[in-house]
Amino acid sequence: MSENLYNKVWEAHAVRRLANGQTQLLIGTHLIHEVTSPQAFSMLRELGVPVRYPGRTFATVDHIVPTDESEEPYSDKLADEMIKALRVNCDEFGITFFDLKSGKQGIVHIIGPELGITQPATTIACGDSHTSTHGAFGAIAFGIGTTEVRDLLATQTIAMDKHKVRRINVDGELSPGVYAKDVILHIIRVLGVKGGLGYAYEYGGEVFDRFTMDERMTVCNMTIEGGARCGYINPDDTTFRYLKGRPYSPKGPAWEEAVENWRSIASDPGCAYDDVVNIRAEDIAPTVTWGINPGQALFIDENIPDPENCPEEQRASIEEALAHMKLEPGSPIRGTHVDVAFIGSCTNARLSDFKEVAQYLEGRRVADNVKAIAVPGSQGVGVLAEELGIAQVFRDAGFEWRNAGCSMCLAMNPDKLVGDQLCASSSNRNFKGRQGSPTGRTVLMSPLMVAAAAVTGEISDAREVFDLQITAGA
Amino acid sequence: MPLEKVTRVAGKGVYVPGDDIDTDRIIPARYLRCITFEGLGEFLFYDERKHEDGTDKSHPLNDSRHRDAVIFLSGENFGCGSSREHAPQSIYRWGIRAVIAESFGEIFFGNSTKLGMPCLTASAGEINKLAAEIKKNPELQIEIDIISAVVSYGDYTFQAGFPDGVRHSLVEGRWDPLAELLEGAKEVKQVAASLSYFNT
Ligand code: SF4
Repeated sequence: MSENLYNKVWEAHAVRRLANGQTQLLIGTHLIHEVTSPQAFSMLRELGVPVRYPGRTFATVDHIVPTDESEEPYSDKLADEMIKALRVNCDEFGITFFDLKSGKQGIVHIIGPELGITQPATTIACGDSHTSTHGAFGAIAFGIGTTEVRDLLATQTIAMDKHKVRRINVDGELSPGVYAKDVILHIIRVLGVKGGLGYAYEYGGEVFDRFTMDERMTVCNMTIEGGARCGYINPDDTTFRYLKGRPYSPKGPAWEEAVENWRSIASDPGCAYDDVVNIRAEDIAPTVTWGINPGQALFIDENIPDPENCPEEQRASIEEALAHMKLEPGSPIRGTHVDVAFIGSCTNARLSDFKEVAQYLEGRRVADNVKAIAVPGSQGVGVLAEELGIAQVFRDAGFEWRNAGCSMCLAMNPDKLVGDQLCASSSNRNFKGRQGSPTGRTVLMSPLMVAAAAVTGEISDAREVFDLQITAGA
Repeated sequence: MPLEKVTRVAGKGVYVPGDDIDTDRIIPARYLRCITFEGLGEFLFYDERKHEDGTDKSHPLNDSRHRDAVIFLSGENFGCGSSREHAPQSIYRWGIRAVIAESFGEIFFGNSTKLGMPCLTASAGEINKLAAEIKKNPELQIEIDIISAVVSYGDYTFQAGFPDGVRHSLVEGRWDPLAELLEGAKEVKQVAASLSYFNT
């Protein structure tokens, strides 16, 4: 019978049915970080329960790591305490920890793939909602809470309900200056921030077939912003090429076997989905958010919505968003003054993101009064960017080039907006207060659009700023 | 350790209006710099409740008439965003014992259940009606029968939405799944053995 990937992977990992009807699901790979794991370890200690399969959990620190200090103890005592707690926990329970001195530290969703820990046909969970990123490899990957982290440590399983599966096809060709980030912002805009509740998203079609793994990860990363807990892409030769030779990838004869298994797990032609959505690539233009959730987005040429002209039931939330963002209804988003430019986060801080921007940024300068920071997603990305001269291009242009971490994506570290600063950001959430100041304002966009905002000092069309040929647009 | 059977939640209600209220709003990230959940109640909706100088803003949770509410009402997609269990923990530690909203972020819903705090769904109409009653009379006693998912106040009742599995867990006092998961160790071992990646 033809079946989709989600159902096949689910079946392979389902252990048994629980009394309440949920499934006890085996999680093959467990990733942890310093924010959502300490309480889980404390609960284990209290219960006197060991970690069942310590070899299947991998840890790193990312959220609270200061990106401009490299020596411990850090000036933030709480940060220091959290890093130390993770160290002690990993040590005591025998868990591999990619610590700050390992050369492999970074945002958990960047290092998993980079090290080859993230693999097709697996189940992956982490106490972090952007675990959906790993679905780019054809894994069922999703975020869990801390009590579930405890369950997972203790049993390698969690209690879970199965999702429905929605196939999202993007066919056709993306125009120059339109990136994976625009694709996912557009999908969320079309389907809404709660459109995915109860669903897993399967992304496919010509655009995804052509995408690199980095691009696929950008899309899967933001799946949760559309309300779907996991999103994935069927594994193919692009996936296998990416994984070959990575530290944790299968080696020798095991590699051939794995590839065969990975191929077989992909959705079968003609398999059933609970829903199918079709989107044309040509309809997508560079997209930016104007509001306080990622679905409140528009093409760079569009005007900010006017609540007067919107359906009654949307009015209150649009007004709330406009009040927070201090934007004029009905006026263009383009030209909005920018205070901070941030390129980083698990959405867009891979080498390819910086490489793409660097080729246009060379010889340009960040506008006066704009604070621009570039934060590699991992130490590995940082090292390569230095070697290739990419980091220097950013520095020469006036960006601060930082150490790896989550940085200004959520500002649990010293990288924060101040007051009502407006930040052009390559991250994934524009929630109120997300970037550290309760009145701070976030505008999400692709890394190249952030660079365009940085050099012009205002929200701009990167295609014009960097002289790309415009072939599509709204 | 036997868990409390959550069959009924009763008391006063508080309505925090809005759709897509995310977990960053429920508890700002800076209060996640901690290694226990203790004391998180006071940071609930912190930036919505407090000015930057620490003085109170006008917010339903700051209103002393709602201070001892146990039932929390909101709009669509409540608790969307991050997986931080700190969000339901702060709600629970504030004193809330049940949430009624139009819909919920999936991870938030699961996290809340595992704390023994039921999240029930209701239409915007029912929520607005109840919110209006609370506004008129903050002392209004609301009762949620978890077994039937019926909400009643005054002489009015309505049926809320609540998935069978979750209801079963709460009503039977099995909302913390760890004990049951541990019982499956043998089957877990078998499934793990069948997966080549698991054993490398
Ligand atoms: S980069 Fe941002 S979204 Fe990604 S894991 Fe870190 S804080 Fe979360």
